[in-house]
Order: sequence, then structure tokens, then C-alpha cells
Amino acid sequence: MSATAVLRVDNLESYYGPIQAIRGVSLEVREGQLVTVLGANGAGKTTLLKTISGVMDPEKGTVKLEGTEIQGNEPDRIVARGMVHVPEGREIFPLLTVAENIAMGAYTRSDKAAINADEEMVYSYFPILKERMTQAAGTLSGGQQQMLAIGRGLMAKPHIMLLDEPSLGLSPLLTEEIFDIIRRLNTEQHVTMMLVEQNAAVALDVATYGYVMELGRIVMADEAATLAASKDVQEFYLGISQDENQRGQRRWKQRKTWR
Amino acid sequence: MDFVQLIVSGLANGCVYGLIALGFVLIYKATEAVNFAQGDFMMIGAFVCLGLTNADFMGLNFWLAVPLAMVIMAALGYLFDWGVLRHMFGQSQVSIVILTIALGFILRFAAGTIWSHEPVSLETPFAGQDLRFGGVVLGIDEIAIIVVTVVLTGSLFVFFSKTKLGVAMQAASQNQLAAYYMGIPVKRIQSLVWALSGAVAAVAGILFASKGAIDPSSGLLGIKAFAAAAIGGFGSLPGALVGGLIIGLVEPLSARFAPDGFAGIARIAPYAILLIVLIFRPGGIFSQTQKKKV
Repeated sequence: MSATAVLRVDNLESYYGPIQAIRGVSLEVREGQLVTVLGANGAGKTTLLKTISGVMDPEKGTVKLEGTEIQGNEPDRIVARGMVHVPEGREIFPLLTVAENIAMGAYTRSDKAAINADEEMVYSYFPILKERMTQAAGTLSGGQQQMLAIGRGLMAKPHIMLLDEPSLGLSPLLTEEIFDIIRRLNTEQHVTMMLVEQNAAVALDVATYGYVMELGRIVMADEAATLAASKDVQEFYLGISQDENQRGQRRWKQRKTWR
Repeated sequence: MDFVQLIVSGLANGCVYGLIALGFVLIYKATEAVNFAQGDFMMIGAFVCLGLTNADFMGLNFWLAVPLAMVIMAALGYLFDWGVLRHMFGQSQVSIVILTIALGFILRFAAGTIWSHEPVSLETPFAGQDLRFGGVVLGIDEIAIIVVTVVLTGSLFVFFSKTKLGVAMQAASQNQLAAYYMGIPVKRIQSLVWALSGAVAAVAGILFASKGAIDPSSGLLGIKAFAAAAIGGFGSLPGALVGGLIIGLVEPLSARFAPDGFAGIARIAPYAILLIVLIFRPGGIFSQTQKKKV
């Protein structure tokens, strides 16, 4: 507990109409950390991020950004406070150019010189975006659009960046490339990150700490390395089968330790 | 020579249609709602300016009344979005459409109550003056309409492509969710788009009233402008103007060259063109569609 918590979530609950998607989640992201939240489809990962970044309002619980409660605030105020959400599925502005997309990331800022410096920083991490600066963003490939979404998020100069499934729809090779850049941004630019992923192998590889989410609850929390070594995570998220019976088949009804 | 005059007056009419269509498209792009009161916004804009400058009313200087009318209409647009539409957030498009139709009726009767239902004309410094080039006689009002439209669309183009607010308006219209994520205050941006379209409507109204009389039902012109917007491809700003110009030109030309006994064709022509465009290019002439990549 040396570094301070940039983000602290306590007993968060949120609903889609009558359906409870987040059932009392508490977690913490400390400065400089790269924390991952793993989970299958429908575990509530995206909802959790949306609730944290203010796109959805929670029913109960608190979200603290650097000690200040921000739950229920409008997203534009939350971005200005230093939290940016890079949404799932590369939500870019298709008809704007790449450069205009990048510039929109800095909408809440007005310090011209620093914005220009950050633009250079983003282009140094994603040189392909610099080549395509004047092109409409909708004409980029999927991987380039994901890079653009991350680069645009960086332009808000976030104290913490929420990344929602950056590997979605990308080839394994591109996924590796993107995660490599994410790791470099974390170590070189000291961007604190919270990463939500289905692809547990890559996520645990880059993360320092991890949470496992299932049906709206956090069921495990530990150092990323410890999680990667845990039997349950290996069995259910990494697809490494553990005990095979005499007939050489996997038990198809394995009980999870948290159930 | 007769022909040149016909073209110029057609272009001038087309500019007015185009500017109203521009208002339609601005709001449609930003909020995905169609403002059926756009024509009535234009009419109110004209009456506000008229109320400020005509000797019968306040008698202000014309050049002071124009920007004032634009500001008042911008405020009206902003307030309508802020006070009414924002509370309809999440309702179906149909209810918003009905709401704007109702607003049109309210504006029409309000204008009739305040300024009477009789046609009145706007007193402009250039009313009734002509320019003569050899045998061609052009009304200064018509030239003014064309010049003002060119200047206005030019400045709108610069605004949308060069300023941060303009680009943010484009961004919010292309991907509302992403704009939210980037900290763009989408709701305020939408109100500002309504304000902008109110100001554009005021200009359209002032131009319209400067070349003829205006009465509270002039707002029904909006239907023709709606056709213009659809011809241009709903959602394209240059398309709206081109659509307006096409309709503006087709009307006088079809009336002039129609065979005897078919003079009424001028009234049908805009909609016939709309039909033809929709059959052969359903997205409009300048359709702007971009499929999202998965």
C-alpha cells in the first residue's frame, strides 16, 4: 500500500432496468498500476467500466477518483477530472480525419503547447496514425482504429485510463502488438490503467494485478502472476486443463472454488 | 436576357430553400430528429427582424436589426432544445416529430397574434433597387440573397472544419457515444446546434422577406425545403444547398417553358424531382453513408 489509490470503487451496484448487472463490486487501482478485470461474456465487465466512467449511473455504492466521489457525474466532468474510457468496439468518429479524432480526445483541455506535445507522443507510439493523419478514420483497418481509440484517449492526459476489450476482433498478432504498446504506455508514460478483457492470457501477461468477475461479482483478486498460476483461472480462463481422468478426458463439470 | 433574369431569380429562391434545408440537416445530423418547424422558424425570424426594423414597429436600423434577429432566433432554438427536447430524451422519434409539428402551429398563431395575419414586407435599405447590365435587369435584393448565402455557407464550412466547437459538433453527430466518452458535453452541443439552426433560419427568413411579403403561413415553405433536403441527401450540408438550388431553378424554368395549359407544372416539379431522385438514388444526391467496421 505504498502508492495512493487513483480509483477506488466500493460496493457498486448497477442495473439495466430490472436486471442487476453489477452486484456489489469493490476494487482499487493504485498509481502506476495496470489492473485487469477478467471475465466471460455477460460477467458485467463493460457495465462496470461504464458505471465507473459515468456513462451509466450506479444504484448504490461509490466511485472515488483520487479521493473525490464521482459517481453519477456527467462523463464530460469525469474526463476533465482525469479519467478517460476507451470504449469497446473502437468507437471512433468515422468521417473525421485521424488528426481530428486525435484532437477531439483533448476536448476538455485548453493548454495548447502541452496538447501539441502529447500529439507528438501519441504519434510516436502509433507511427501508422501519423502516416494516415489526413485520412477519414472510418477508412482505417480494425487494428488501426483500435490504435486511434487508444491514442485519442491518451490525449485527455488521463490520470487513469479505462480500456474495454482492446483485443476485440483483432488477429492474435495485432492483439500482441496493441498489448505491447499498452505495456509500454504504462511503464514509459506512467499511465495508470484498468483493462477489461476476455483474453485472459494476454491480459494477465501485461497486468500487475487482476480481478476475476463472474455474474456481476468479483470472485478472485490477486497479483497477476498468482492469478495466472491459480488452478481455477488456468482451467476456466486460460483453457489449460488440469486433472484428466483415467480415460484421458477432462471433467466437464468442474466445480469452481468460489462456488 | 429574359433567361438570365429567370436564372438569377431562381437561384435567389433556391438559396432561401437551401438555407431552410440547411437548418433541417443541421438538426437532423446532430440529434437524428427532423424539425418540422424549421419553416416556421424561418417565418418567425423574418417577423422578428421586421418587428425590430419596420417603421410601424420599433424602427431600429436595419443593420442592427439583422444580427439582433439572429441572436433572438438562436436563443429561441437553444431554449426549445434545452427546455423541451432534452426532457424527451429517450422517447421515440415519432413523438419528437409530432412535437416539432405542434411547435410549428404555435409559432404560426403566435406570429399571427403579434404581427397580424396580413402579408407585410420587410423594409430593407435595398428594396426595389435594380442593377442594369446592358439589357439585363437584376434586383439588388436577389443579388444580395445569393451573396449572403455564399458568405454564410462559406463561414459555416470554416466553422465546421476549423474550429474546435465545429469539429466537436461533427463528432457528436457521427458517434454520440464516443463523444460522451471523450468528454464532449453532447447535450449542450445539441442545444448549440439548435441555436445555430435558429440563426440560419433567421437569415433565410430575412432574405425571403426582403424580396417579397411575408405572412404567418409562409412557414409552409418549409415543405419545399424539406424536399430540397431530401433531394440533396438528408444529412449532407452541401447537399441541402444543392437541393435547394435545384428546386429554386426548376420552379421558374418549368413555369416558363411549360406548354400552354400546363402552367401548374411548376408546383409539381419539385416533388416530381424528389420522387425521381428517391427512386434512382434513395440516399439523395450527396448521400453520406459509412458502415461501421467490426
